[in-house]
Amino acid sequence: MSAGLSLRDVTVAYGDVDVLHAASLDVAPGETVGLVGESGSGKSTLALAALRALPPGGVVRRGRITLGGDDLRAMDAASLRALWRHRVRFVPQDPLPSMNPALPVGVQVAEALDPLQPRRADVREIDAMLDAVGLPDPERVRRRYPFELSGGQQQRVLIAMALLGRPDLLVMDEPTTNLDVTTEAAILELVRERVRGGTTAVLYVSHSLGVVAALCDRVEVLYAGYGVERAPVDDLYHRPVHPYTVGLLDAVPDLARGKGHAPLRPIPGRLPDPGETDGGCVFAPRCPVAEPTCRTTSPPLAAVAPGHDVACLRADAIRAGDVSPRQPAPDVPDGPTSPHGTSLHAEGLTATFAARARLVDRLRGRARPRLQALRGVNLHVPAGRTLGLVGESGSGKSTFARAAVGLETPDAGTVTLDRTPLPARLRDRPRDLLARLQMVFQSSDEALHPLRTVGATLRRPLRRLAGVPPADLDAAVADLLASVALTPDYAERTPPELSGGERQRVAIARAFASDPEVLLLDESVSGLDVSVQASVLNLLDDLQRARGASYLFIGHDLAVVAHLADEVAVLYLGAVAEAGPTDALLAPPFHPYTEALLASVPRPDPDATPARPPLEGDLPSPQDVPAGCPFATRCPRVLGPVCHDERPPERWSDDGLHRIRCHIPRADLAAEQADLDLREAP
Amino acid sequence: MIAFLLRRTAFLALTVLLASMLVFAVTNLLPGDPARILLGREAGPAALAEVRAELGLDRPVPVRYATWLAGAVRGDWGDSFATGDPIGGLLAERLGNSLRLAGVTLVFAVPLAVLLGVVAAVQAGRWPDAVVSLSSLAVVGLPEFVTGIVLIQVFAFGLGWFPANASIPPGTPFLEALPSLVLPAATATLVMLAYVARLTRASVLEELRRPYLRTALLKGVPRRTVLRRHALRNALLPTITVVAISVGWLISGLIVVENVFNYPGLGRLLTFAIDRRDLPLLQAVTLVAVVVFALANLVADVLYAWLDPRIRLA
Repeated sequence: MSAGLSLRDVTVAYGDVDVLHAASLDVAPGETVGLVGESGSGKSTLALAALRALPPGGVVRRGRITLGGDDLRAMDAASLRALWRHRVRFVPQDPLPSMNPALPVGVQVAEALDPLQPRRADVREIDAMLDAVGLPDPERVRRRYPFELSGGQQQRVLIAMALLGRPDLLVMDEPTTNLDVTTEAAILELVRERVRGGTTAVLYVSHSLGVVAALCDRVEVLYAGYGVERAPVDDLYHRPVHPYTVGLLDAVPDLARGKGHAPLRPIPGRLPDPGETDGGCVFAPRCPVAEPTCRTTSPPLAAVAPGHDVACLRADAIRAGDVSPRQPAPDVPDGPTSPHGTSLHAEGLTATFAARARLVDRLRGRARPRLQALRGVNLHVPAGRTLGLVGESGSGKSTFARAAVGLETPDAGTVTLDRTPLPARLRDRPRDLLARLQMVFQSSDEALHPLRTVGATLRRPLRRLAGVPPADLDAAVADLLASVALTPDYAERTPPELSGGERQRVAIARAFASDPEVLLLDESVSGLDVSVQASVLNLLDDLQRARGASYLFIGHDLAVVAHLADEVAVLYLGAVAEAGPTDALLAPPFHPYTEALLASVPRPDPDATPARPPLEGDLPSPQDVPAGCPFATRCPRVLGPVCHDERPPERWSDDGLHRIRCHIPRADLAAEQADLDLREAP
Repeated sequence: MIAFLLRRTAFLALTVLLASMLVFAVTNLLPGDPARILLGREAGPAALAEVRAELGLDRPVPVRYATWLAGAVRGDWGDSFATGDPIGGLLAERLGNSLRLAGVTLVFAVPLAVLLGVVAAVQAGRWPDAVVSLSSLAVVGLPEFVTGIVLIQVFAFGLGWFPANASIPPGTPFLEALPSLVLPAATATLVMLAYVARLTRASVLEELRRPYLRTALLKGVPRRTVLRRHALRNALLPTITVVAISVGWLISGLIVVENVFNYPGLGRLLTFAIDRRDLPLLQAVTLVAVVVFALANLVADVLYAWLDPRIRLA
């Protein structure tokens, strides 16, 4: 009987539909196992089943779940509560909704020690734990309400709750997914530090191969409710066998694979609906090496090497090198993108918003605090090419896009399209200008009218902005759908009937309806699964080649941005910290903030360990921007008072293409950062 | 929070001022000359003119409004046309009665409604939920005069536990008046009960689905404690707001109930003023109703803001 967590042939159903099929999993004490899969893979279901905490409607139909030899399925309500109280802990994905909004943080943390009388729990023990998870001044934190903490602090509180019980089993369900990369890196470091060398069995659920590579000993890959591959982390990343694992790895943009070097290889087709399986291998319809037998025989997980199990009939052929499990590379037309097109130019863009003022301050006649979203931003989107814009949440990247498109009115500065200055306010912009500049928003489920058919959504800009005559509208809609690789029958559907990737394609098609010269893409692939994200990124690339549009591509994922962009700008607290060609941005010298961002990006490669300690602290409030360099409060390379007091100069490269706003001379930066070069070796 | 309070209070004052203009304007636009109402059809022009001058009706409307408002603020509402008594005293007595009835109703209705709502939510889909939901729907469909008369038939004429006529004389001590209050309060309770219970059920159900409840359960907090410590606190926020607003209705809107039971509250006073074309009384009662409603809304807003730290501390 195993000492840690053990699942044997566990089948979970919601209603009549099995969503997890005979899954087996072991996590030994002190071991960290990653559970990887895209949405619909059943990874959260498996994680919750391991805690016997399935949501209402979820039932374990078959199989055995044991923790330290105790059968979880046989437990009654009282022993289940004892299990939850003493032996297992759960860290959820979204920290804020996972805390009671009306109770102070201290009470909620104390519940982990004393669920019945939290106010009598040992405060010193709580404070020690809050301190240990990187929350200085624990006494203050305890009195705060959850919404008063930053996202990173909230997640630290939840981790503190989880560790306080000294659990036998810790289940973490995408605990860093909605956090900024720098915060994510700090949280991962915290988990590594607190869990490694202990006796807790950790099950870490993630869609991100990068995060799992950085943290786990072993990895389990789930696809559509089936375990398809299980391996030590090294084997999985360097010697993957299952075509799905290989496809996932190929679909993730890696920092070291810049634009034009390796096109992403999306996995064609889509995840089958639960219950849609027909007895064969569940991945066969999307598999590049499937044989006729794959469609009739469901392969069991079988060992191909010690600790390395694969559920694939072609495993031996793949390992022998007889067939390649990689998806075919997409056709990329040769040559650079069209040199024609329109550039977008922003000069000195400044935007502030009135913040709430305290009455006392207002009575004393103090000025209303202003939230400085943009502080004199100069950016250039090159004609027919892509400018990537990165930064943490609160850096002002969305405000920049909204100001450019006219949804926010800047206080100062100009935006010009080629040489045409754009009126600041949307209502002052003539219709032909609207047609030339379009935007794709982050969440397509909110940006598309849920009751309007795709056809109706596309017809409107075609008619109003592109001037397509009514008789030709249906043909134009079909063309537009075809350009985003959707069939004409999608015109009759409504957004809720589409998958996330299909919805984002429709949102992109809508933006392209007026044949815009410049397209602003605000986190437009962020919510998508990696295999879908890969195909949308390729689609954007194709559309740019075909139509010569210029892109402003906003993202928080540097690897994704670097993959698509010709040039990248890094925004920090509403000002450009560094900007230049993508290759120059991935090589020293870096702005120290860019350096921290790059070092924080989880890489899908277990050997790419972070070379730098994660950034400390949070982004300063945009109400209270430091007087000197905005990054000085967190900068690991801070020189001294000069950084805090004086605005740093913009230092340009000799070719005049790359700029860094820093007090440290370029040569000094380059010398100290020589170890961090992410350009692909030629 | 202080700024919020000041802002809401200023808003309240403005609301009441606007409402007072509206009340004054509407009652002055009503057909019928107050002097003629007072003196009757046969009065001669000289007598009418004399009464008009006495009432100040010969002065321009804005001046009359200002005089009326200044008097109202000082508590001098003038005399009732119908009884000739000062309106202030009458109002104070009836307002007191209405407050008693509202208080007794709240003591009945709120705990019962919340209890039923919580039980229905926790037992959602099972028989207790079905019983609560169905019966509250059935009750909410019945108008007050029907439930009131049924209650009178059963508890006054049938069992004889409580009086059917609740017309307590002025100055009755609370405990003596209590038996008369039971049936009107029960009728008002039935009107409120269904609404508050269903609202409570819906908001408890919504809270029960929130991720923070899972967090609490997975810390090993017993289910009952989770419900009490976590879910109820957040679920009852909308209920508290609705209850606070309904206090306005209980004090000055129980027209049908008060008439069925002949209870001397503000609602009954209002119908009396309308019946007798008693314009000063009508103006006064309406304005008091406005103030009561506005205050109830203010209390609701402040309570909500105070109970929800996201608003209190923001």
